[in-house]
Amino acid sequence: MKPLDPRLLRHAAAARRQLCVAGAIGVAGAVLTVTQAFALADLVTRPLQASGAVRLRGPFIVLAAVLAARTVLAWAGEASAYRAASAVKSQLRRALFRRVLEVGPVRQDTGSDGDLATLATRGTDALDGYFSRFLPALITAVVTPPAVLTVLATQDPLSAVIVLVTLPLVPVFGFLLGSAAARRNREQWSTLTTLAGHFLDVVEGLTTLLVVRRATVQVAAIRRAADEHRRATMATLRLAFLSSAVLEFLTTICVALVAVAIGLRLLSGRMDLRTGLLVLILTPEVYWPLRQVAAQFHASGEGLAAAGRLTQILDTPAPAPARGAGLPVPDLTRASLRIEGLSVDYGRARPALATLDLRVTPGEHLGVAGPSGSGKSTLLAVLLGFATPSQGRVLIETADGVSGLIDLADLADLDLDAWRSQIAWVPQRPWFAARSIAENLRIARPDASDEELDQALRSADADRFVAALPGGTSFVLGEDGAPLSAGQRQRIALARAFLRDAALVLLDEPTAHLDPDSEQVVAGAVRRLARGRTVIAVAHRPALLADADRVIDLGLVTAGAVG
Amino acid sequence: MRAARTARPAASRLVLGALAGAGALASGCALTATAAWLIVRASQRPEETALAFAIVGVRLFGITRPLLRYLERLVCHDAALRMLGELRATVYEHVIPLAPARLHAYRRGELLAGLVADVDAVQDLWLRVAEPVAVAALVSVFCTSLAAWLLPAGAAVLAVGLACAGVIAPLAAAACSRRAQERLAPARAALTTATLDLLRGAPDLIAAGAARAELDRVEALDDELDKIAARCASAAGIGSALAAMGAGIAVWGCARVADSAQRVGHLAGPTLAVVVLLPLAAFEALAPLPGAAVLLAHVRSAAARLFALLDEQPAVAQAAITQPLPQGPYTLALRDVRARWSAAGPLVLDGVDLVLEPGRRVAVTGASGCGKSTLGALLLRFLDPCAGSVTLGGVDLRMLCQDDVRRVIGHVADDAHVFDSDLRENLRLARPDADDARLVEALRRVGLGPWFEALPEGLATRLGQRGGALSGGERRRLALARVLLADQPIVVLDEPTEGLDPASAQAVVAELLDAASGRTVVMLTHRPEGLDLVDEILTLTGSGRLRPAPAGLRPADAAAYQDAVAARAA
Repeated sequence: MKPLDPRLLRHAAAARRQLCVAGAIGVAGAVLTVTQAFALADLVTRPLQASGAVRLRGPFIVLAAVLAARTVLAWAGEASAYRAASAVKSQLRRALFRRVLEVGPVRQDTGSDGDLATLATRGTDALDGYFSRFLPALITAVVTPPAVLTVLATQDPLSAVIVLVTLPLVPVFGFLLGSAAARRNREQWSTLTTLAGHFLDVVEGLTTLLVVRRATVQVAAIRRAADEHRRATMATLRLAFLSSAVLEFLTTICVALVAVAIGLRLLSGRMDLRTGLLVLILTPEVYWPLRQVAAQFHASGEGLAAAGRLTQILDTPAPAPARGAGLPVPDLTRASLRIEGLSVDYGRARPALATLDLRVTPGEHLGVAGPSGSGKSTLLAVLLGFATPSQGRVLIETADGVSGLIDLADLADLDLDAWRSQIAWVPQRPWFAARSIAENLRIARPDASDEELDQALRSADADRFVAALPGGTSFVLGEDGAPLSAGQRQRIALARAFLRDAALVLLDEPTAHLDPDSEQVVAGAVRRLARGRTVIAVAHRPALLADADRVIDLGLVTAGAVG
Repeated sequence: MRAARTARPAASRLVLGALAGAGALASGCALTATAAWLIVRASQRPEETALAFAIVGVRLFGITRPLLRYLERLVCHDAALRMLGELRATVYEHVIPLAPARLHAYRRGELLAGLVADVDAVQDLWLRVAEPVAVAALVSVFCTSLAAWLLPAGAAVLAVGLACAGVIAPLAAAACSRRAQERLAPARAALTTATLDLLRGAPDLIAAGAARAELDRVEALDDELDKIAARCASAAGIGSALAAMGAGIAVWGCARVADSAQRVGHLAGPTLAVVVLLPLAAFEALAPLPGAAVLLAHVRSAAARLFALLDEQPAVAQAAITQPLPQGPYTLALRDVRARWSAAGPLVLDGVDLVLEPGRRVAVTGASGCGKSTLGALLLRFLDPCAGSVTLGGVDLRMLCQDDVRRVIGHVADDAHVFDSDLRENLRLARPDADDARLVEALRRVGLGPWFEALPEGLATRLGQRGGALSGGERRRLALARVLLADQPIVVLDEPTEGLDPASAQAVVAELLDAASGRTVVMLTHRPEGLDLVDEILTLTGSGRLRPAPAGLRPADAAAYQDAVAARAA
C-alpha cells in the first residue's frame, strides 16, 4: 500500500486539491514551529542575560501571534480535511455509478451489489481519518525536518551534523522492526482471522446450534477462542509495540547526544544560552514527525484500502459494451428477428450460448426451454444489448410491403436506446425501487397518466391487491418490493410491460418462484400481454409453455439438433 | 452504566495500564522540565556536582518514558482482549434463549454482524475512552502540582489551559460530531438506498431507458450529502482549535507570569525555564481526548442497542419442573393452536389442528408469510403457542426441557448454518462421539457421496466463510446429514426448494425424503415440487387455519403435474 495512492489522486480532483491545501498548512506549521522556538528561547534567556528590566514586549507579541495562528491552523487543517474527504468520496461514488451504468448488467468480479453499495457509502468513511490525520502527518514529516535542520545549521552547525547523522537511523530501524512485525503478522494472519471471525460465526449459526442441542456448549468455546485470539494477537502486538518503543528510545538518545554536546559547550562557555536552548527545543521537532507518520499509517489503512478497491474497479478495463453504430431501428411490429450462428463466451469454462440459429416472425409467441446453463437468459441478454455476441449476429429483417424487397439490419449497428425502447422485459426477479408503486410503474414510461397506470394494473390483474394497499398506487414499497408476495411482484412487473406497450416482449421465467395459484394468474396476464406482440418467453413450467406457438429447447438446439 | 460492569475480569490490569501510561507521559514532562533546568543551570557554569542530580534525572526519565509506554500498551491491550472475550461469552449466553424468535430483526447476516460490532464497540469504552481520560487526568494533576511547587500563579494559568484543552475541547468535539451525525445520517441513508437501487436495478433501468434519470436522482442525493458534509466540516475542527487554544493560553500565560515573578526576584533562572517549557510537554496527554469524547457517543448508542436486545423476554419459557422425555415412537399433535410472535402482534396461527402419527409424511403449503415458519417454530419449540397445545408422545412441549424436544425433532432449514470449520466438525456438532465411518455413511445417505469423494481433503475440508460456500442443495443435504447423525425421528423440512431451479428442486426433495425414510416428516413449502412424494398435503389459509389442500393439489395431482413438467422438458 502506498501512502499516497496515485489512483486516488487521478480519480478524485478533490484529493489533488487537498494535497495542495494540506501542503500549504504543513509549510505554515513548520514556520510556526521554528518561530515559536525562537520566541520561547528569547523569553527564557533574555531576562537572565541582561540585568534589570528588559523589554520583552516583542517576543510576547510574536508568541501570542504564533499560538493564535496555530489555533486557526488546527481548525483549518481539520475542516479542509473533512471537506476534502467528503468531496473525494462523492467523486469516487459518481465515477462508480457512471461505470456501473456504462458497463451494464454483465459485471464481473466487483462483488455483490450490497458489498459495492456499502463500499461506496460507508466503506470510504475511513478516508476522513486519512485526510484529517495521516496526510497532515505525512506532509509534516516531509516539510518540517528539513526546515528545522536548515535553521539548526545556521544556529549551531555541530548539532545539525549530529542530527543529520543520526536521523537516518529512525527510518532504517523503523523499516527493520516494522517488516519483522509485518512478517509475524502475516504468519499468524490465517489463525487471527479465523479466531476473529469465530464469534460472528457462532452467533450466525445459533439457530443451527439450538437444533443440534450444542448452543450452551459454545459458551466455553467462545471463551477459549477469545483467549487463543488474545494470545495470538498479543504475540504480534508485543513485537509491534516493541518496535515503536525502540524507535522512541532511539530518538531520545539522539536528542540526548545533541543535549550533551550543548551542555558541555555551555559549561565551558563556548556557547550562549539562547542558542543552546533554541537548539534543544528544535531538535525533537526533527524526529517527532517521522514517528508520528508511522503511528498514523495504520489508522489510514482502512480508508485507503476501501478507496483502493473502488479505484481498482474504476481502473479495470470495461468489457466494451455494445454501443451500436446508431443506425435507426426498424419497426419491430413488422420485422422478423433472424439469429444466425449466435455464440456468447464470457471466457468461462464453457460458452454461455453456442451457435444458435433462430427466426422469430412478428406476432409469434416463442417458448424457450432448456436446462440451467443452456443459455436461455444469455439469449435475452443479447437481445437486450447487455451481452455482445462473440460469434454470429442478430439480424432484423423487414419486408417492404410494396416492393417486396427485404431489408436487413444488424443489431450491432443499431442505436441501442432506440432498440430497447421497443422492448418490454420481465426478468426472473424484477427490481423495485423503495418508492411508491406509481413511481415504480413509471420507470417503464415516465410520462404515463394515472389512467394509464390503472389500465396497466388491470391488464396485469394487479388492480385489486394494489387497491387494497393503503394509498393504492401511492403505497411506498420497502426494499425488494416488500411487502408484496412473489406473485404480486411479478404482476407489477407485467403491469410495467403493459405500460411500455412494446412490440417485442422478453419474459425470463416469470413464474419460476411462484406457487401454483399465482402461476395461473400470471400466466393469464402473460396471455393478454402477448396479444398483438412478439413474445420470447423463457420458461420451465408447462403453464407458460402451453401458450406458446412454438417451443425450442436450448439444451437440444445447442447440442446439435434443430429445434 | 451497565457497560462498566464488563470491566470486572481485567480491572486490575486496566488500572496498572493507566498508571503505566500516566507514568510514561509524566516522565516526558519531567524530562522536559529537568532538561530545561539543566541547560540553564549549566550556562551559569556551576560546580559539576550541582548538576549531577539533574543529569541522573534526565537519564532516568529518558529510559522510563519508552519503557512505561511499552508496558501501558501491552497491559491495556491484553486487558481489553480479556474483557472482550468475557463480554462476548456473556452476551452470547444471554442471546441463546432469545434465538431465534427475538433475533428476528437481526436475522439477516449484516445485522448479526452489527450485533457483533456493537459488542466490540462497547469494549472500546475501556481502551479508548476510560484509559486515556484517566491518564490525562493523572498527568494534568502531576504537571499542575509541579508548577504549583515552583510558581503557584503558573499552576493557575496551566490549569486554565488544561481545562480548556481537556474538558471544553472534547465536549465541543463530541457535540459537533453528534450534530453532524444527526444531520448526515438521513442523507446518508437515503443515498445508500438509492445506490443500492441503482446497482441492483441497473439491468431493469437500462432496459427501460430510465438509467439516465435514475443517475440524475442519485447524483442529486449525493450533492445533498456532500453539501451537508461541507457544512459539518467547518464544525469538525472546533475541538482541535480549542485544544490548540488551551495549549496556547497555558504556554503564553506561564511565560507571562514567570516573567513577572522573575522581575521581582521570586524566580531563579533555571526554574523560570522549567515554568515556561513545562506546558509544552503537558498537553501531549490531552491529545486523544477529543477523539475519546466522540467515541463515547458511539459506545453509548452501541450499549443501548445491545442492552435493549438483552432485556428482551425470551419467546419460550423454561418450565420450573420439566417432565422426562417419554418413550418413542412419538406422535406429534397440535390441538387448536393459536400463536403470535409478540404479545401485541397479530395471531399468525388461529386454531390449527394436526396429528402426526409416527412415520407419516405431511406437506404444509401456503403462500409466503401465511404462517408456515411459525408452525415450524412451534414444532421445534422456538415459540410457545398462546393457546392450545403441542404434544409429543402425549406430553405438552412446554413441560419438556427444550433440548429434549430437539432430541426428537430435527430441522432441515434452507439457511442451515455451515460453520467456518472443517466438514468433520460441521457434522460432529450433531453427534460429538461419531467416528469418521459413521459421518461418511451419513453423507452417502443424503446423496453427498459423490461430492464427498471429490474432496481432496475429505472430512478435513474446510467449509463456511473461508472454505468457500456450499450450494443451496448441498447445504440442505448437510443439514439432513446432521439430523440422521442425531437420529431424530421427526424432521421438519423447512422450504427445501427455496432458491433452487425447478428441476434440481424436485431431485433434492426426492433425495431428502428418501434419506429420511422411516421418519416422520413435516415439509413446509410454497412450491409444487415434491408434493407428489408425501402422504398428505395441507394448506395454511390466510386466516391462520390448516385445511386439506384444494382439489388439484393432492399428491396424485402433484404427480401428474410433475409428469407434465417432465414430458414438456423431454
